[in-house]
Amino acid sequence: MQGSLIETLARQGVTRRSFMKYCATLASMMALPPAAGRAMAEAMAAAPAANKRPSVIWLPFQECTGCTESITRSHSPSIEGLIFDAISLDYQETLMAAAGHQAEEALHAAMKDNDGKYLLIVDGSIPLGLDGAYSCIAGKSNLETLKEVAKGAAAIVAMGSCAAYGGIPKANPNPTGAVSVSDVIKDKPIINIPGCPPIPVVMTGVLAHFLTFGSLPEMDGKGRPKAFYGETIHDRCYRRPFYDQGKFAKTFDDEGARNGWCLFELGCKGPVTYNACATVKWNGGTSWPVESGHGCLGCSEPDFWDGGGFYKALSMPADPLKFASAAAAVGAVAGVAMSFANRGKKSAAKSGHETTTLADLEK
Amino acid sequence: MNDMQFLTWVRGAGLDIAVSIFLLGVLWRLIEIYSLGRKKDLAAPRQVSGASGWHTIFRRSVPPEGMMKKSPVSYIGGYTFHIGLAIVVFLFAPHILLIKNLTGLSWPGLPSQFIDLAAVVTMAAMVIVLADRINKPVKRYLSTFGDWFTWTLTFLPVLTGWMAVQHLLLPYTTMLALHILSVELLLVFLPFTKLFHAFTVFGSRWYNGTVNGHKGVAV
Amino acid sequence: MSASLEKGVRVLKEVIDAPIASYFNSCVHCGLCAEACLFYTETGDPKYTPIHKLEPLRRLYEQEYTLVGRLAKLVGLSKPVTDDELEEWKELVYNSCTLCGRCSVVCPVGNDIVYMVRKFREGMSASGHAPEGIIGAVNRTVTIGSPMGVKLPAVKAQMKHVEEDYGLPIPLDAEGAEYMVMLSSMEIINFPEYLAAIAKIMHQAGKTWTLCSTAFEATNAGMQIGNSDLARVLVTRIVDGAEKLKVKTVISPECGHAYTALRWEGANLIGRPFTFKVQHIIEVLGEFQEQGLLKTEGFETDRLTFHDPCQLARRGGVIKQQRNLMNMVAKNFVEMPDAGFMNWCCGGGGGASAIEEGEELRLEAFKKKKSQLDTVKPDRLVTACANCRIVLEEGLEHYQMDIPVVGLTEMIAEHIPDQTTEKGA
Repeated sequence: MQGSLIETLARQGVTRRSFMKYCATLASMMALPPAAGRAMAEAMAAAPAANKRPSVIWLPFQECTGCTESITRSHSPSIEGLIFDAISLDYQETLMAAAGHQAEEALHAAMKDNDGKYLLIVDGSIPLGLDGAYSCIAGKSNLETLKEVAKGAAAIVAMGSCAAYGGIPKANPNPTGAVSVSDVIKDKPIINIPGCPPIPVVMTGVLAHFLTFGSLPEMDGKGRPKAFYGETIHDRCYRRPFYDQGKFAKTFDDEGARNGWCLFELGCKGPVTYNACATVKWNGGTSWPVESGHGCLGCSEPDFWDGGGFYKALSMPADPLKFASAAAAVGAVAGVAMSFANRGKKSAAKSGHETTTLADLEK
Repeated sequence: MNDMQFLTWVRGAGLDIAVSIFLLGVLWRLIEIYSLGRKKDLAAPRQVSGASGWHTIFRRSVPPEGMMKKSPVSYIGGYTFHIGLAIVVFLFAPHILLIKNLTGLSWPGLPSQFIDLAAVVTMAAMVIVLADRINKPVKRYLSTFGDWFTWTLTFLPVLTGWMAVQHLLLPYTTMLALHILSVELLLVFLPFTKLFHAFTVFGSRWYNGTVNGHKGVAV
Repeated sequence: MSASLEKGVRVLKEVIDAPIASYFNSCVHCGLCAEACLFYTETGDPKYTPIHKLEPLRRLYEQEYTLVGRLAKLVGLSKPVTDDELEEWKELVYNSCTLCGRCSVVCPVGNDIVYMVRKFREGMSASGHAPEGIIGAVNRTVTIGSPMGVKLPAVKAQMKHVEEDYGLPIPLDAEGAEYMVMLSSMEIINFPEYLAAIAKIMHQAGKTWTLCSTAFEATNAGMQIGNSDLARVLVTRIVDGAEKLKVKTVISPECGHAYTALRWEGANLIGRPFTFKVQHIIEVLGEFQEQGLLKTEGFETDRLTFHDPCQLARRGGVIKQQRNLMNMVAKNFVEMPDAGFMNWCCGGGGGASAIEEGEELRLEAFKKKKSQLDTVKPDRLVTACANCRIVLEEGLEHYQMDIPVVGLTEMIAEHIPDQTTEKGA
């Protein structure tokens, strides 16, 4: 393994062995064969030397910057951040040094130089309301910018639930008319990496795959990489045995909660949420919401904000029943009305009774 | 509409509509049926202990002498799927939580592996009972569209619920939404089909037991 | 000649009540009622399924008394009941149903199907769809006084014979007697030993009794045809006779539907409780046995079994008494399978034996009784209903089974020690 990347890592105290291990882990997390790990390592190491680091343009739209925060958060020095040494991040508003016109020039230069080959990462939703006026950068609406930059992109990564599905801005009543990337762009390969925010390693895994194989990894029906979004939280949750035994925490502070029992009753959306939190966890494997005692919000699923309440168990009605008592009353009234009609008919038949005589037995 | 929106709808508006139609239908039909009343029996009664409407409500669940031999599938299949349904519906933790939310009542449930087994046994019994209805001349002769329809209405919730838990065919969220929808359909049609026997069986058995109990015959 | 569909429908609307509504709404088409009905089990024809015998009534109920049914009829989704349909159902409601009531005790959802058939017959009779044979029987009962056309002179003749042969007086119209005894036509014509038996038993028990000249016939053909108006006429005769003679108890003879008609339907037909008790002769004998008023000697030694008449046992509530009585005079009494409450009908009750065109079906259904007897292999068959006796004898002859049929009351009386049999004593 040669290359300036290896030297950079060595300077940062990351041995070649650690780097290899990291790439192997990444590959196995994505359920790729062992050889892929080596291929990833070689591709990433070679990229800087060959000066052919792929261009990556990162457009932030109607977002909270949480996704950027997440990806740049790493506890083990540089391991996740190192991906940025394997790519040429030509435009990223939070991280780049340039600002104003200089930043815009960098964007257009990157677009021109790498036309058709750059990877476009988008975070944040795209507001359509008021002709897109709700979110503008450099005097242009996000909608216009997205369409423009997407034209020359090889592929698009919709980073975070906002870009993937609309996220929090799209929550009822969606005042800005927020939509997802795939609602706007129809003619480019798009991969969704939902989560609010997404787990950092998922981002790196996808980028590493792209670097190594030049394509996006296998996706599920919602455009998410199957490697990370193939199982529900519920199916990988360490508290599952408690669910199966019916041991639920009823408040956040009761004995059940203290014993680490299942949080289903407290609204955990684990069963309907596909993500890797239960296995990969957060902050370098420190913990994750359920382990910390709070139910899964379902943040990697579309419309999770409108899923009927974070603290309402899935088995409970999403909204209180509105018509039940009125309907019961209407039913009773209908029944009583019928009973009057019936009894009237019966007594009419009775009073109209013609006593049968022998003659009446034959027609 | 994506799968999460579908699930939220069946948990929200769908449930509201279904429960409303169910309550409306049950009350209407109960009153419509029982308000017809019954003439008082003026014959001198014969008092025999154990012969009454209340006794018959319970006793009629046991096959009379000689009948089990005649149609074991009807009895054993019938018991199995009714008890199985009761276990799955009332002893599965998420269902108990729903009932708790709607009525305030709750009770301990069974571990989900038992429920899984009960669901499979229930479905098997229902399939056998269906096959019997197709094969036996009397059942086939009596059967109308209502019988096939209500079988399907009852079978689908068990099937979709089980499939959701087993992660079969469709992703969980969609399967769960279909399960809830199938239950809602069952609720909507229950008061207007033979499924209403769930309510009228008590009245019927009581009347039968009372009329015969008046004569001192324990049925 | 004024029966009409309209009359029939009106009557049915009158008789449909909450129980019937509840039953129709509970039926789940399980078919277990068919497994209890001998007309299905011995023919294998599903049209004899008991609940199916009520199909026109069910539709009528829905169309008249349910909102959904009314709407369905309005838009043509539910066809109204027609004369042709009722004519088609005549066989099912009369020939293939003896009102035995087995279906009612097995239905898992609790449907009292025999109750519904009885009510359905109200509409069938009022609309002119009752079978010829039963109409004839009703005619004779109402006009002449008995379904077989027996009049008072014939009764008096029998009384005279019994008095002469046994030396026991047969009171007629004795006011203030404790018991008013009734007879069924069958007994008057075919089994005169019954009257003698009554005389012996009453004499031994020291009870006063009488026949009534205006109410000697117990058979209620009105009940069999299923017409309350006509049944009422017949019951009223008995009530009037009993009240005129101021008796304490009216005894219904060894006849099935006579007991049901008087004991259980009677008060409801006349619209007021009776001022006298009604008992089946077997009930009376059972009471005498318990009170020590019935003393017998000697035993039958041959192998005997008992056929429980449906209207006495399952439908009447008299089940134990006959067994106690059998054991009193029989050393070798064995029960047939399903004896007692679940016994199988002889196949001729409820008016069925009067329907000539139903004979073939009856004889086929008799295979069930035959199988019971083939299992127990008795020397003789004892029963307590004159109609059952006739039907059993017919069936046994058809299948060439040499099993004499005996009446229980007669058998008991044979074992009463002779004290007053000398003439003139």
